[in-house]
Amino acid sequence: MTRPRRVRDLVRAYVRTGGLTRPSRDLDLSALVRSTTAAAPVEASGEERRVLALCSRQRALSVAEIAAHVDLPPSAARIVIARLMDHGLLTTPTHPHITASHDLLKEVLDGLRALV
Amino acid sequence: MDCAPSSEQGGVTYLSDTVTRSTKLLIAGHFSVGKTTFVDCVSEVEPLRTEEAMTQVSAGVDDVAGLPHKTHTTVALDFGRLTLNEELVLYLFGTPGQPRFLPLWHDLAKGALGALVLVDTRRLTESDPILALLEEQGLPYAVAVNQFDRAHRHPLDAVREALDLADDTPLTSCDARDRTSSLHALITLVRFLFNRMEPTP
Ligand SMILES: Nc1nc2c(ncn2[C@@H]2O[C@H](COP(=O)(O)OP(=O)(O)OP(=O)(O)O)[C@@H](O)[C@H]2O)c(=O)[nH]1
Ligand SMILES: [Mg+2]
Repeated sequence: MTRPRRVRDLVRAYVRTGGLTRPSRDLDLSALVRSTTAAAPVEASGEERRVLALCSRQRALSVAEIAAHVDLPPSAARIVIARLMDHGLLTTPTHPHITASHDLLKEVLDGLRALV
Repeated sequence: MDCAPSSEQGGVTYLSDTVTRSTKLLIAGHFSVGKTTFVDCVSEVEPLRTEEAMTQVSAGVDDVAGLPHKTHTTVALDFGRLTLNEELVLYLFGTPGQPRFLPLWHDLAKGALGALVLVDTRRLTESDPILALLEEQGLPYAVAVNQFDRAHRHPLDAVREALDLADDTPLTSCDARDRTSSLHALITLVRFLFNRMEPTP
């Protein structure tokens, strides 16, 4: 019996992220991420480089989209992204967590209604 | 009966540079109820999929050493996105129903505005654990009957009773393969979420 490939990938990701098994900050899968002008350090891992190559300075992607595009499990992608944020290479356009409010729900409702 | 056109085949579709805020909703439901179909159909971009690795620890009867038996499974997580206005984007996460994916659930539910629970009238009892889980987590939800072609059309009142829904829980029906129909189900959910929340002082 062989293990699913993804499990090995995840283990590898953990090894490459210095054995960290939790992200250094609370990052929601829907949090938006952009890159900065800072240059990647030479010691950046393969995963880190792939994430940096994907991210754009002007146009955001969510943590979940980054995970899907670089083919990492979300838990591993979060560790990599959090580390890159710690190093100032990635940033979130505004506060990463927005909470449910009357105003936000109105905005979502109006937005959905405009789509039909 | 139209699915959202995919704007870039196999490529990356970045958000518009004016988008700076995001929020999320969960599309929940038991096995094979149409969650992926729903998310795929509504999403403005080609729907995306990731796989999360999960480790399960169970008492292994077959294990001579009596050590807990560890198994690795992966769970597919699919999601889509809808840009709602110049600044705001909504993510929809198809949330697997199996209780063994509970850790993933907690993660997804945190910060979500609410959940749309898809149900299949042929297997209503399978929705019970999902509703229980949402209630336990305090995540507000609406229910949408996904109309399968060969399923007998139950009156919604009977479905409400069978699922033992609270009087104010919205119950609607949709065809997860139809974009307009699915968007209307989302509107039903968000209208409910909006109405139950007090205006910001
Ligand atoms: N006739 C009909 N078939 C549907 C509808 N929605 C989904 N299906 C079919 O039902 C099957 C299961 O749908 P999925 O969208 O994969 O369901 P799911 O909830 O994502 O399933 P899991 O992720 O495996 O739990 C697929 O073969 C779909 O094509 C519907 O509204 N009508
Ligand atoms: Mg699915």
